[in-house]
Amino acid sequence: MEVYLDNSATTKCYDSVGETVRRVMCEDYGNPSSMHRKGVEAEKYIKQSKETLAKLLRVQEKEIFFTSGGTESDNLALIGCARANHRAGKHLITSSIEHPAILNTMQYLEREEGFRVTYLPVDKNGRIRLDVLRESLCEETILVSIMYVNNEIGSVQPLSEAIRIVKGYNKNILFHVDAVQGFGKYRIFPKRMGIDLLSISGHKIHGPKGIGALYVNEWVKIKPIVFGGEQQKNVRSGTENVPGIAGLGVASKEIYRNFEEKVAWMRELKNYFIDGIMKIPDTVIHGLYDESSAPHIISVGIGGIRSEVLLHVLEERGIYVSSGSACSSNHPGISSVLKSIGTRKEYLDATLRFSLSEFTTKEEIDYTLDVLYNCIPMLRRYRRR
Amino acid sequence: MEFQAFLIKYGEIGIKGKNRYLFEDALMRQIRFALKDIDGAFRVHKSSGRVYVECESDYDYDETVAGLKRVFGIVGICPVVHVPDEGFEKLKETVVSYMDSMYPDKNTTFKVEARRGKKSYPKNSMEINCEVGEAVLEAFPEIRVDVHKPEIMLHIEVRDEIYIYSEIIPGPGGMPVGTNGKAMLLLSGGIDSPVAGYMIAKRGVGLEATYFHAPPYTSERAKQKVIDLAKLVSKYSGPITLNIVNFTDIQLYIYDQCPHDELTIIMRRYMMKIAEHFAKESGCLGLITGESIGQVASQTMQSLAATNDVCTLPVYRPVIGFDKQEIVEIAEKIDTYETSILPFEDCCTIFVAKHPVTKPNINIIKRSEENLAEKIDELFDAAVRSVERITVNP
Repeated sequence: MEVYLDNSATTKCYDSVGETVRRVMCEDYGNPSSMHRKGVEAEKYIKQSKETLAKLLRVQEKEIFFTSGGTESDNLALIGCARANHRAGKHLITSSIEHPAILNTMQYLEREEGFRVTYLPVDKNGRIRLDVLRESLCEETILVSIMYVNNEIGSVQPLSEAIRIVKGYNKNILFHVDAVQGFGKYRIFPKRMGIDLLSISGHKIHGPKGIGALYVNEWVKIKPIVFGGEQQKNVRSGTENVPGIAGLGVASKEIYRNFEEKVAWMRELKNYFIDGIMKIPDTVIHGLYDESSAPHIISVGIGGIRSEVLLHVLEERGIYVSSGSACSSNHPGISSVLKSIGTRKEYLDATLRFSLSEFTTKEEIDYTLDVLYNCIPMLRRYRRR
Repeated sequence: MEFQAFLIKYGEIGIKGKNRYLFEDALMRQIRFALKDIDGAFRVHKSSGRVYVECESDYDYDETVAGLKRVFGIVGICPVVHVPDEGFEKLKETVVSYMDSMYPDKNTTFKVEARRGKKSYPKNSMEINCEVGEAVLEAFPEIRVDVHKPEIMLHIEVRDEIYIYSEIIPGPGGMPVGTNGKAMLLLSGGIDSPVAGYMIAKRGVGLEATYFHAPPYTSERAKQKVIDLAKLVSKYSGPITLNIVNFTDIQLYIYDQCPHDELTIIMRRYMMKIAEHFAKESGCLGLITGESIGQVASQTMQSLAATNDVCTLPVYRPVIGFDKQEIVEIAEKIDTYETSILPFEDCCTIFVAKHPVTKPNINIIKRSEENLAEKIDELFDAAVRSVERITVNP
């Protein structure tokens, strides 16, 4: 049995996405900038995807920009806005548990471009400390960037409150949200919430890799970070990735079809899985796991077994999961998110992340639990002494 | 400057008496192997006691030199210009233009060193030396002759064609692989063992390798890393047969049956035994490890004696007296360092005790191993049977 429980790392494409991508690559392969009919056809795909996203997010089409993925969206939002608005101030705020696409970009801006960055601490459930946010705001603050759902432990950030605090202090401060793990799991309406910029990614929602989008409110001043043929109103140069864009459009539409049902299903499985996990002694679920947490991410500390070992044991039995977060797995070491929420030392190196999708079945969860029940006692016998 | 050939200088192998042709043939074989995937057509041949690489088409100079620099046995690589014999006047012109393009800065000293292979040539070597030297002096007033310590040694060899060279690019030295049998390298994912393999291969020894993996405690990536390392070493040593052995069950059995602080040392004894089994099976004449005295608990003099005790083949430890930094320098030179430091757990460290024994007493170790009597033979056979054998090419 093959059980894919690593949907926060990436997801399987919807069949309809695969078909669309193939069609655009092999048949409607024109360059959207070309004057001829082939170009116009290609442009239609972009238009359609924009329409889809604009509708889902309740924003204007002209406020959608396509990028190469979540990382580029985050880079463009932070660097583009920091550079365009630095005269208003040089202070930025983010949280300490952001994705590396945010953290490393912030560090770049600190190191190379003279910005000052505040990294907000989080509480034991992995939610930013609003009191610290309030204290951190100052005259100099021009941008705040907070993620929607944390990719490692699935904590959902108190965005509405955060935005109220920020905009209450100064409505000109830009608010960016990295919604890579939130889009497709929540209905997100940036304008209603007061979000000025929002990053999303294709491959986390059963779309293609190498495609993402950034919503930029029309009044936001932003500078490009790549230069070229001035496509997409010169915010993001480069021939549009039309197959990717078309795929992202189809995936977005698809993931929000029967949306409430799907989310309820994931939530049900998550609760069921957690109930099963709790039966294993010396295990802990990181962060909250009630309705306020993301429906698809479960971060489990399993005492006495290094996560890498358990990961390979599960892999041998066809179950694919992550240790900590897939994105930081290239640098083995201790997950900083787990540290920030004050995880006990024995679980830091012994945590697996299971992430579900709408395709996950109850049988798969049962099978996974069975494997865990069988393997954990055996593995716990052999540990470093 | 266009070079049409390389003259290959080999030191040590020149003095091997009646075996000399064996060494030369092995050298040529290794050169052909090293040039196999490089753009260009090459002919490697031996003539009047010298090995030449003739470039018979356009070729990539830098890649070719890099390839030759990996062939053990080569002491120097001389890029050669060769021209047809069109008379002595023409030769002088050619040499002058060669000097002009090779050495834009003429404020230097030179000496002509002619060798007349073709005895029918109208001038003898002394005459060539003098007259060509004179032509060069006339052409470039700044340049001077120094017959004792010239900065440029300008070689002119008169054969059917005329060969001109003056540069010597140092080669790796050593002896051509295949002239000294082969040995079994215990290859881990670390820094030391690839260097050890390289050093033994440098002495003309072909390599086989054994790697122990312990799934699920070590990952597929750790195994791939070792394959990648073998690939890097094989650029020097030629193809390596890599034996990948599943060691998990033996390791867990030792864990169950023996004192924990002796785990590593007992484990290493079994690794040596298994490696030796494969070594004997394939005709290897020794084992190679990357051990260095005192580097870790299992590499103290006592520990080395304890692991050595199980082997009947000689165990070669070429980095035994090296400090870590010295080993790292070689690893960097042979380009294995970057791969070696990729952070994957290897099977030596997974159950390592907080305080392993550093001065194991061999009798105590043997007594501990008696606890393994019941199942160890069976597990040993199973491990040997589990072997996955792959041939790694550069």
